[in-house]
Amino acid sequence: MSTPAISQRAATATHRTIVRTHAGMAELVAYIVAGLATGAIYALAAIGFTLVWQTSQTINFAQGEYVMLPAILILAGVSFFGLPLWAAALLGGLVFVAVFGAGFKIAVVDPMIRHGVLPLAIATMALAIIMKEGAKDFFSSEAQTFPSPFPAGAVDILGVSLSMQHIAIIAVAFIAIGILQWFVSRTRTGRQMQATAQNPGVALILGIPVARMVMLTFAINAALAVLASVLVSPLYLAKFSNGEVIGLFAFIAAIVGGFNQVRGALGGGLIVGVVDSLAAAYISSSYRLAVPLALLVLIILIKPEGLFGRREERRI
Amino acid sequence: MTRFTRAGVFALATTLALAVVGPATAQERVKLINVVELSGAGATAGTQWRNGIDLAVADINARGGILGRQIDIVHYDTQTNPGNTRAAVQRAIDEGTYSVLGPVFSGPIGASMQIAQRAEIAQIVGGEAAGLTRQGNQFLFRTSLSQAAAMPKLATYLKETVKANRIAIVWVNNDFGKGGRDAMLPELQQRGIQVALDVSTEQGQADFTADAIRIRNANVDAVFVYLNEDESARFLLAARQQNVGKPMIGETTLLGARVIQLAGEAANGARGHVGLSIDAPVPAFQDFGRRYQARFGIASDHNGLKGYMAVHMIKWATERMGRFDRKGVADTLRGATITPQMEPGILITTRIEANGDLDRESFLAEVEGGRQVIRSTLPMIRP
Repeated sequence: MSTPAISQRAATATHRTIVRTHAGMAELVAYIVAGLATGAIYALAAIGFTLVWQTSQTINFAQGEYVMLPAILILAGVSFFGLPLWAAALLGGLVFVAVFGAGFKIAVVDPMIRHGVLPLAIATMALAIIMKEGAKDFFSSEAQTFPSPFPAGAVDILGVSLSMQHIAIIAVAFIAIGILQWFVSRTRTGRQMQATAQNPGVALILGIPVARMVMLTFAINAALAVLASVLVSPLYLAKFSNGEVIGLFAFIAAIVGGFNQVRGALGGGLIVGVVDSLAAAYISSSYRLAVPLALLVLIILIKPEGLFGRREERRI
Repeated sequence: MTRFTRAGVFALATTLALAVVGPATAQERVKLINVVELSGAGATAGTQWRNGIDLAVADINARGGILGRQIDIVHYDTQTNPGNTRAAVQRAIDEGTYSVLGPVFSGPIGASMQIAQRAEIAQIVGGEAAGLTRQGNQFLFRTSLSQAAAMPKLATYLKETVKANRIAIVWVNNDFGKGGRDAMLPELQQRGIQVALDVSTEQGQADFTADAIRIRNANVDAVFVYLNEDESARFLLAARQQNVGKPMIGETTLLGARVIQLAGEAANGARGHVGLSIDAPVPAFQDFGRRYQARFGIASDHNGLKGYMAVHMIKWATERMGRFDRKGVADTLRGATITPQMEPGILITTRIEANGDLDRESFLAEVEGGRQVIRSTLPMIRP
């Protein structure tokens, strides 16, 4: 065989390898962006875990149901009261924040917290069941379509095909978390919230309205849950059982990132989302849950305070 | 003493009267218990099945019942849990159901069918997994075509109509999905179609993005989607988000009215084989679809039709026997061919094989403009 022919074949093989590598990279980027989108939703829910932890030192096991229920309330507003979607979203969001933000604090946290964190944690488990079964019995056990506020389809960016909905979810979630961070660190009320979270006794002596700050924290948690619900329901469909998956992943995200830091919940959510997406792509959808769980075990063993959390010592 | 005697006589007379009247009242009614997925992953299919049964019971009762007896229908929710299903089937039998209706999902059917078999009571189910009727259970009857009957039709469709040589299979890792995949693979192989990508997914899976990206980047001519209803809708939504752009081919669970409703525009273009459809060119199906819509406010999918037919199978068998005989229902159904002339509620000529499988006409369909459009009618396998 002549030398030019061999060179030609080598060049073709190299070209094929480059094309395959580029396709593989584009695919990897697509998986990562998809993971960041679901991770952003987990982060919104995980922030709720950290907020409740900081103010009441307990875990809200109904956090997944907090993300499930707003979509159901909005759909109920449309189907039972004939409201247009925007009005149902506004009303459903406000009702949810009032009932499951402020109402949760008044009806569940306040009476239970004086008996310790364990009864409160168990009460949130009961709340999760009530929310789930209530959504099933009073609305529907079937999945329901939830309209997306964003356009469908994909857009080509630098040779990578990305879902417009995913890009929008990442953008909205980051903006919301950015606003929250700004509010907490740059405003007077936010700093009062931080002081309350760090030491409610001292905060009270300093004249900070601790009760109001705690109430505000719960309201913010509920509002973030409404946002997560509106973002995730067009993809997952609105269904009473959605909270199980979201709650579990958000819980893993909060522990991986660090239960006592908002930035930990954000980082944990994104990491868990990307790990889940890559596991589904390169291992199997059937085993996808095992990988984030393995990550969780690893973090608990190596860095129990979470990747971005801070060590806490507590006298029992 | 005299007063006591009078009271005693009155009580005795009342008891005797009740004893006489009681059985007479019971004789006018027949109890059917439906054990079905009303929550959990199978809620969409189970709710449709239940609605179909409720409509059938209302129709039959309005026309005088079965051999003059009104039907009392009871629904038990299995929560799509095989353990709960076993308990519910046992409870149904203990409570004296005439036949067991349901469930719809193949896994729970497989877990519970031995209970009805031991009690020698007919169990009319909605499951499609091929393995269900290969276990020699003489009391199990389908209401839909088995996968063994449907897959050859789909494989032929993929080869001859879609002209596919390389395909991706997306299947749900439960008895239904695994049974369908296992039935499909040899059919594809026989026709020279290569499975280039085999994607296993979980029952109740919410996020199909990674699966859609894998398929988009795979070198395949078509995608064979074999998932349950909710998951089919979620997959179609994810595929649209990722611009998969390949023909989506599937069975009734991809093209059903409920999937179309859930997936919206993302369902357009999906096509394949459907066993039952209210859009089929069968006037009885269309009439059923209108009445179902009027009563429940939603469109019926194949599960609604299956539930409706299930009750009419029991009615036909009982009237054929001329008496109420639990074991006799199964004996009468086995090997029977029921036509709409014999029993209008059966809607379409249906032959029940000796093993409980069904044979009847089926359809090739496509989703167009948010509606299922029937392209052609396929004959019975053994007309």
